[in-house]
Amino acid sequence: MTRKQKKSLIRIIVSAVLLGAAFLIQKTVDAPFWVYLLIYLVPYFTVGYDVLIKSARNIAHGDVFDENFLMSLATIGAFFTGEYVEAVFVMLFYQVGELFQSIAVGKSRKSISALMDIRPDSACVVRGGEECVVSPDEVEVGEIILVRPGEKVAIDGVVVEGKSSLDTSALTGESVPVNVLTGDAVISGSINKTGVIKIRTTKPFGESTVSKILELVENASSKKARTENFITRFSKIYTPAVVGAAVLIALVPSLITGQWSEWIHRALIFLVVSCPCALVISVPLAYFAGIGGASSQGILIKGSNYLEALAKTGCVVFDKTGTLTKGVFRVTSVSPVGVSDDELLYLAASAEKYSTHPIALSLREKCEKTAEPTDVREVSGEGVEASVDGAAVACGNARMMKRLGVNAPEVDAAGTVVYVAADGKFIGHIVISDEIKPDSAEAVRALRDGGIGTVILSGDKKSAVDKAACEIGVDASYSELLPEGKVDMMEKIISESAGKVAFVGDGINDAPVLMRADVGIAMGALGSDAAIEAADVVLTDDRPSKIPKAIKISRKTTAIVKQNIIFSLIVKGAVLVLGALGIAPMWAAVFADVGVAVIAILNSIRAMKIK
Amino acid sequence: MKKTFELEDLDCAVCAAKMEDAIKKIDGVNDATVSFMAQKMTVDADDDKFDDIMKKVVKACKKVEPDCRIKI
Repeated sequence: MTRKQKKSLIRIIVSAVLLGAAFLIQKTVDAPFWVYLLIYLVPYFTVGYDVLIKSARNIAHGDVFDENFLMSLATIGAFFTGEYVEAVFVMLFYQVGELFQSIAVGKSRKSISALMDIRPDSACVVRGGEECVVSPDEVEVGEIILVRPGEKVAIDGVVVEGKSSLDTSALTGESVPVNVLTGDAVISGSINKTGVIKIRTTKPFGESTVSKILELVENASSKKARTENFITRFSKIYTPAVVGAAVLIALVPSLITGQWSEWIHRALIFLVVSCPCALVISVPLAYFAGIGGASSQGILIKGSNYLEALAKTGCVVFDKTGTLTKGVFRVTSVSPVGVSDDELLYLAASAEKYSTHPIALSLREKCEKTAEPTDVREVSGEGVEASVDGAAVACGNARMMKRLGVNAPEVDAAGTVVYVAADGKFIGHIVISDEIKPDSAEAVRALRDGGIGTVILSGDKKSAVDKAACEIGVDASYSELLPEGKVDMMEKIISESAGKVAFVGDGINDAPVLMRADVGIAMGALGSDAAIEAADVVLTDDRPSKIPKAIKISRKTTAIVKQNIIFSLIVKGAVLVLGALGIAPMWAAVFADVGVAVIAILNSIRAMKIK
Repeated sequence: MKKTFELEDLDCAVCAAKMEDAIKKIDGVNDATVSFMAQKMTVDADDDKFDDIMKKVVKACKKVEPDCRIKI
């Protein structure tokens, strides 16, 4: 509890005791009404003086429809109608509610902030052989920082000494630790688990991963959702409307029936219910909690407006390479003719031993044992010819086989086909293609279960895209698109889709599409400022399964917002009607104000919890 | 120029909205947001008069919520 909250609690207790005493005196001692009034005014002022002062001040500023003013008016009115106990009790109850509200909001703000608390407080930098602890801002690029087990890596860099495993769960939501050795890059915000490591910084603190994440999340609350703006507009109309109704209730029936005190009393109940606090606090809190919860999973949403749009997603469009696939080329099939798999790979990898082409890299990765090739001749646009263990090996595309007069069958495969011939005889082919990420299919399935369509847009050739689309199980795929073509296709999908359309890409060459989409999602994009700028949602790692998770979080959040709005309005509406009929007492009205607010706040915090 | 300030003892969501409205009405302020949740205020105002404008912002906030302090 803060000092302010403690003070408030003491005042509430003292006032409650005094109210009890006053009530006893009234019941046991016979005295004129002004004596009772005086003894009730003591607890009233004890608990409510700040409310009275604030309302007086706000009236001086010309701001009439203020919660404090309404409470003051309602309770003073109760004194005038002779309901002393009720006047004090209502003020007391209101303050209890306010206290609960303040504690609940403070607690939830703290727990949400704790989720996002990845900011390192200090860094231990090695200067001239001595370790000194400084603020991360003061560490320059190229300096060596020391990170002990249990400490946070403060700045992005490369390990120069030691080995350890790092916990990156605060950044990516992934709980499996990452092992790092000398030479490996480490990102700030990860927690060192096992060994002492020395890191040479590669970026200033302000440009390190942790700073970028914090900046994104902290700015998120400034972009408001439509519902939030609606609540602000609504509350501007709601309060004057209810106050107007209160005036009518006080005047019209009283003029007809002459029962002034009864109808004024009913009108006062209206005033208490007229504050839209439950909505004004709980709605932004729910979005805040949703964004906080998502960020703990490595999903950084740049504003509650995007969270709202994400919840309405009807179609997710994926880029293929680097998004659904790993973007790294691997040998995916080996089809030898008359030799063994290993022999075919061995000859091909040996021939390509000194080539820097990506295909050569993936061949060598698959087959580490290679022979020293001689007479190596690279033919641009065709492949490599070389002599391996005395055999003349040709390793290249169909054009090369034709030129060499090798009788090779035409192979149609998704990916790049490498034909291999030895001494003029075809000995088989190797297919090299991009690997699909292990969770791509699962992500698409989860989206379909949620009623969301999936599409692939790719610049890659048709056979490769079709194969990937089929394996992953997306609804539609469009291939061989140029960057402008992707934007045009995106426009078409947006115009045909009932819900919002999200685009997922790695942000490297698809920034225009990211911007055009209703929700642009960049994955694994913390390294690229352009992608962070263009995207609305940034994933700290590159797993597609984060997409259905993000949508689930956003749907839950918007559902909670809806529940709060409906619940608050129903309770308030019911109390208004019952109050006008003279059935609801004033404390029920206070409950409809602060009680509902506390319940809505507690409900909002649920948005933070993600299974 | 856009600057973010931390707020202390901002404990009423309605006040935050009122502060935001009041700041937006100040001459020279292009945009402003007051976040009750993050306890932060972002002011986007003309570069050359920023300090003067900030003085007005502080005054406007004091008027709405005297308890709340802006950390500059």
